[in-house]
Amino acid sequence: MTANNIQDSDIYALALHHRFQWEEAQQNYVILFPEGMVKLHGGAGEVIKRLDGIAKVSDVVADLKDTFPEAANIESEIIGMFELALSKGWIRKL
Amino acid sequence: MTQASLGESVVQKTVHAQQNNGVSASLTHTQPLWLLAEVTYRCPLHCAFCYNPTDYDKHTQNELTTEQWLQTLRDARKLGAIQLGISGGEPLLRDDIEDIVIEAKKLGYYSNLITSGVGLTEKKIQAFKEGGLDHIQLSMHDITEEINNFITNTKTFELKKKVAAMIKNHGYPMVLNVVIHRYNIGHMREILEMAQALGADYIELANTQYYGWSLVNRSQLMPTKAQVDEAEAITNEFRANPDNKMKIFFVVPDYFSDRPKKCMNGWGEVFMIVTANGDVLPCHSARSLPNMQFPNVRDTGLAYAWQESPAFNQYRGDSWMKEPCRSCSEKENDLGGCRCQAFLLSGDAEAADPVCSKSPHRHLIDQAIIDSTNPVLVAQPIVFRNDKNSKKIMAGEFKDRVEGFHSLP
Repeated sequence: MTANNIQDSDIYALALHHRFQWEEAQQNYVILFPEGMVKLHGGAGEVIKRLDGIAKVSDVVADLKDTFPEAANIESEIIGMFELALSKGWIRKL
Repeated sequence: MTQASLGESVVQKTVHAQQNNGVSASLTHTQPLWLLAEVTYRCPLHCAFCYNPTDYDKHTQNELTTEQWLQTLRDARKLGAIQLGISGGEPLLRDDIEDIVIEAKKLGYYSNLITSGVGLTEKKIQAFKEGGLDHIQLSMHDITEEINNFITNTKTFELKKKVAAMIKNHGYPMVLNVVIHRYNIGHMREILEMAQALGADYIELANTQYYGWSLVNRSQLMPTKAQVDEAEAITNEFRANPDNKMKIFFVVPDYFSDRPKKCMNGWGEVFMIVTANGDVLPCHSARSLPNMQFPNVRDTGLAYAWQESPAFNQYRGDSWMKEPCRSCSEKENDLGGCRCQAFLLSGDAEAADPVCSKSPHRHLIDQAIIDSTNPVLVAQPIVFRNDKNSKKIMAGEFKDRVEGFHSLP
């Protein structure tokens, strides 16, 4: 398997036929797709929430740094989430 | 449909996700994530491997009303259910599926229609699209008309190809479910190629699991270990090719494993099934278990069913386990396997699933594998799933086919 190379200028959106939503009963963000779902920790959900098909990776990173100024090493975690989501097919590159 | 077509995949996803950083999934979830609505047991197909109970015919006259289904959807959503499977039987035999779809959308479900394709017209699929149905799973049976028509006991081969195209044209993800058995396992490569040619996004290769009608027809349906191994090798080869984008779920044939499946991802953990007549079950076959009263939505709310009913609590966790499960270092991996399989085959609902090589009943599985190569047993005719045969089974006919099991499959 080739490593996903996430570039600052890349733009991502949720994969086709996938849905992202907040689940009150679970207190979690989830991604839903045919016959399956994943539950996302708050941090992972915050990344996916920002994928509107317009924001670049660098915008997402900047916005998250802004929103969570206390969090250390946040950039590598965000890129890690992009890599994971891409490898799982939850998001697609525009 | 198959007993495995819902569930296994969501379970795989949750379990996989748990291994990843940043993604969590709880294995001891106390909220249902899946509501499977088996809205009718009526079906135009007569599949030899159907998991529906062999006595289904008694539930074809007492189906829930539309309003009862809508209320069930609302109540399950409040409990946390998020994936909705609309299944059967053939759900399209009811004329209120559109109402169910609209309500599901309103409530925020991800809705999955699980269909044979019979009854899916342009008009209906358009209405489903507008109503917010998220996904349609279509059952396919083989690349050959002969096997398709034989195993379903109908002439539906051409229709299924047309429906597949219709699903694609309406912008739906195409998810095909193919139940694998002796008659089509030799066509694995061709089945995968067909799915790809149809533009499938996902294909589920559901090796037959033996419940309901498929248990009655076990000797007739079971492939050999060599065939299963070859099918898996072909599947892996297909997956390894980076040009093949289609996702493949291979449902493991448990008889050929030495550890059981983690059935339903645990009893009362994530799945709630409401059957055509309103029974609330933790798994498809649970009514084959002895001394158990299942709640019914006509009498009790779903919250009671999930949280408090004795039936849903009976096999939660592992305190019910006996040896060899109780002290087994692997018990968390499979929770002792399937309660229904344990009871149907061994007569003890708390026994280890006989599939397990540590089970004192493993010989029952080995014997079933031997039986499936016994020319006398194999020559017995398939008992197709239809109303007439269901009535006959309830009336005590086909004794030789069911007497080896500890309750009616």
